[in-house]
Amino acid sequence: MLSPGSGNTVIKSKLISRRMFLITAAKAVVMVGLIGRLISLQINQATKYKSLSDKNRFREWKLAPERGAIKDFFNTEIASNEPLYQVHLVPENAKDLDNLFVRLKAILNINDKRVSFLKRKIRKQKPWEPVIVSENLSWSDFSRLNLFLHELQGVEPIVSVARTYPDNSSAHILGYVSQISAKDLQTKEYLKELSVPGMAVGKTGLERKLDEQIIGKVGYQRYEVNAFGKRIREIKIDAGQAGKSFKTTLDYELQKYTSGLLQDKAAAVCVMDVYNGDIVSLVSSPTFEPNQFVHGLDKKYWNSLIKNEKKPLANKALSGLYPPGSTIKTLVALSALENKIVRPLDTFRCKGKIELYGEKFHCWEKEGHGIVNLRKGIQRSCDVYFYEVARKLGVDRLSETAKKFGLGKKVLNDFIEERSGVVPNTKWKKKFIGQNWYLGETLHSGIGQGYFQSTPLQLCLMTAQIANGGFEIKPRIIFDGKNDNLREYLKFKNENPNQPLPTDLLVSNFNLKPLFKNQEYINLIKDAMFSSSNEPGGTSYRHRFEDPKFTFAGKTGSSQIKKFTEEQREAEVKQESLPYNDRDHALFVAFAPYKNPQYAISVLVEHGGSGGKAAAPIAKKVIKKVLERHELRRSVNNLIGESV
Amino acid sequence: MLQQRSIQSSQSLRDKILSLDYILIFSILVLGVISMFAMYSTDGGEFKYHTNSHILRFFIFFGMFLVISLIQIRFWHETSYLIYFVFFLLLLGVKYFGLTSSGSQRWLNLYFMNLQPSELMKVGLILFLAKYYHRISIENINSFKHLILPIAVLIGPIILVATQPDLGTAILIASGGIVVAWLAGVRAKFFVYSGVAMIALLPIAISFLKPYQKSRILTFLNPERDPLGAGYQIIQSKIAIGSGGLFGKGFLKGSQSYLDYLPEKHTDFIFTLFSEEFGFFGSLLILLLYVLIISRIVRIGNMTRSNFGKLYCYSFATAFFIYVVVNMMMVLGLLPIVGSPLPIMSYGGSSMLAIMFGLGIVMSCKIYKDVPVN
Repeated sequence: MLSPGSGNTVIKSKLISRRMFLITAAKAVVMVGLIGRLISLQINQATKYKSLSDKNRFREWKLAPERGAIKDFFNTEIASNEPLYQVHLVPENAKDLDNLFVRLKAILNINDKRVSFLKRKIRKQKPWEPVIVSENLSWSDFSRLNLFLHELQGVEPIVSVARTYPDNSSAHILGYVSQISAKDLQTKEYLKELSVPGMAVGKTGLERKLDEQIIGKVGYQRYEVNAFGKRIREIKIDAGQAGKSFKTTLDYELQKYTSGLLQDKAAAVCVMDVYNGDIVSLVSSPTFEPNQFVHGLDKKYWNSLIKNEKKPLANKALSGLYPPGSTIKTLVALSALENKIVRPLDTFRCKGKIELYGEKFHCWEKEGHGIVNLRKGIQRSCDVYFYEVARKLGVDRLSETAKKFGLGKKVLNDFIEERSGVVPNTKWKKKFIGQNWYLGETLHSGIGQGYFQSTPLQLCLMTAQIANGGFEIKPRIIFDGKNDNLREYLKFKNENPNQPLPTDLLVSNFNLKPLFKNQEYINLIKDAMFSSSNEPGGTSYRHRFEDPKFTFAGKTGSSQIKKFTEEQREAEVKQESLPYNDRDHALFVAFAPYKNPQYAISVLVEHGGSGGKAAAPIAKKVIKKVLERHELRRSVNNLIGESV
Repeated sequence: MLQQRSIQSSQSLRDKILSLDYILIFSILVLGVISMFAMYSTDGGEFKYHTNSHILRFFIFFGMFLVISLIQIRFWHETSYLIYFVFFLLLLGVKYFGLTSSGSQRWLNLYFMNLQPSELMKVGLILFLAKYYHRISIENINSFKHLILPIAVLIGPIILVATQPDLGTAILIASGGIVVAWLAGVRAKFFVYSGVAMIALLPIAISFLKPYQKSRILTFLNPERDPLGAGYQIIQSKIAIGSGGLFGKGFLKGSQSYLDYLPEKHTDFIFTLFSEEFGFFGSLLILLLYVLIISRIVRIGNMTRSNFGKLYCYSFATAFFIYVVVNMMMVLGLLPIVGSPLPIMSYGGSSMLAIMFGLGIVMSCKIYKDVPVN
């Protein structure tokens, strides 16, 4: 039946089956391997790959929160937010880009340079990524654009918010905000979580000090995106949280007024409530335009700020260091009284100069003041009197009193620009200069020259603490709603001298800390300052107020930049004839009203010459203005006091 | 024998239809339906071009499969050399008239479809060699004289395909031919010698590789080498499969494919998509269906009396297995990306045509299992 090849066929068939068996075995092994791989990927490593898949899928876009406002004492916003009108363009939605740009140019007033810049940018990025055509549009341009919107496909009007300041009167104390920088991210812990590209952060002043709280909480939008980064759908949106708003103790009206007075001068003014330390006004001049910093600074403007020798960017009231000059004489006298070095009526004879170990020490009055006691010494600002007092007092005791009154240390918290200044003593010199103290240096210190360095804010605090009868106050700029118990305490004490304090004053939230040993001495100093401002021969007599409502007591000062040579002294060279950079800094400190002190003021005019001539007139005007607004301020304060 | 032959020849159509392997047909249909769902998912849950044309092709070629099944196995045996020759001519045609796409000249434009003859050659070579080894006597199998023709018919198409260039398909074609030779009884040492020769020639072969082919191999060895470039496909495929977990992300919810992270999701990476959406159990189901199909083909080979039928069925089953395994190992990150479709599942007319053609002849072996071919 079978052909001759049949046996052959059967053998072949068996061979084939045998070999197929081997292959099947190999297949089984491979199959097990495949299943093993599936188990490894889909079961053992599923969690890892699920998270990788989600990382692919989701992208988050952070939303910059609205910055909290900064208000003045009367709730006027001095740093607020304004709507920012922007025009974005999504290239993939536009039909004909060239045509669109021609239309946009006509409507928005953008130039060819900007257009070619945008076109280049569009070419570089993905077609669905928006470009910002116009960053900061006026409302009229924006509304005109909205009229034409139907024919501008791909153009998106965007409304967002940006920091704005009503004017530049408070630029220094408020500071400014600017784009977040790499350094900010490194140094500020709180920014790490909320860094949004293009977000503004506080760089100086209050904006910086309050940044962490005022900046708000970043919101985010979570989108599902495809492999090309295009948003497919929104998964979640969190609008974030606007930053906290702050009320300050500043008076915006006064800021504007003071800033106006200082125009073109390199100067600083500080006004403080003598009972609660509220900083009512703090102005530095020349000022700068803080709004310029918000949307990226113009290079030309920046250069003009940097090159200006009057240093518009520096807050002179906080960071300017000046020898206090004769304004320190109040503290020298007080220290001497307290340490029983002189009695008020002890006298010295001023002949215009004294000599010590061959060195001459001049009084500003070449002819001398004759017989001088403490009151006259302050009234006329007699240098020889204070040389003598200082010599007896010694610099260490003087420095103790000066430090007690707030010199030589930072007055406010967390202002990076604030400097502490120097109150020298023997130890200080040994430590920082490495030399022993010379007696001659004590004499210089006695008239606020030499190593002494202070800020206008410190001088204002010093004056305020003299004015309130010698009690320590803590200056504040953020209004915290606390009552000013010192004022109530003193009022109660004056009216009911022999009664115990009512409980609400006892449970007050401040520690009453007298800075004096005998309050009589404080009163003597205050009286001497009165004479300096209000009695003939006083250094600021010319700028007095007759009206008791405004009457102030002050002390002039001028801090020497360059030592007068004997020749200049002989020739009676006037300050006005010196080159600008060689002239003395003019200082004036005062408190008002004399009878019932409310405010202390310090005025500094760089290279202004003598304090009486350059600084006192400014102080006079500011004092009038602040006292005129006093009732208004008190009424607000009481209102707040009740609600808190 | 004459009697038998007449019995077989006089099978009625009804008998023929009854003797079809319904388990095999059922498995193919289930896999076909699954592939339609997968294709629907690649189109983002809509009936778009890929889904529609895939469904249409599946049914057309499935019909063709049934028709081929009913044709006498003797006819396929007789025309084997001719079929190989036609496919070879088509491959030559590609060389001169072929369409070029992404740097590779693989297709012939037949107006109603773009035909990829290299896919057909996968089956054509097996047919040719099955007939060849069926015909020569067992003594001659290992004689050098009788090795020349198999080597020639193997090398010819491989050179044509590899130079298209399409290294993956060339290797797959070769693997089919080698399997036939192995099953026919060519000595093991011959394979060892060729293997050694291949390795010796490897450096020369590498110098002929295109830069993209080299980079694919390097990338396979270390996918993180270039995560955004060449390694991207492997990484994203692994992420998709791994993130599917036990039960998958759900039908139409495969984020990796739906958000376009997955490349070539219609074709080479269709298993990845399915695995992402249906998880480990879905993957097992697919594997099970393939195992079922392959074991049915082997079973038909066991039943077939003729050595032509046996050689063909075993070789086709093995080649089919290799196609499946190579594709899966590729998407699972176990092999370099060589570009090989997953039989029946992947989008692509030529692959579908070739597989259905091959399965048709298998089924013909089943129906005419007792018919001697010569």
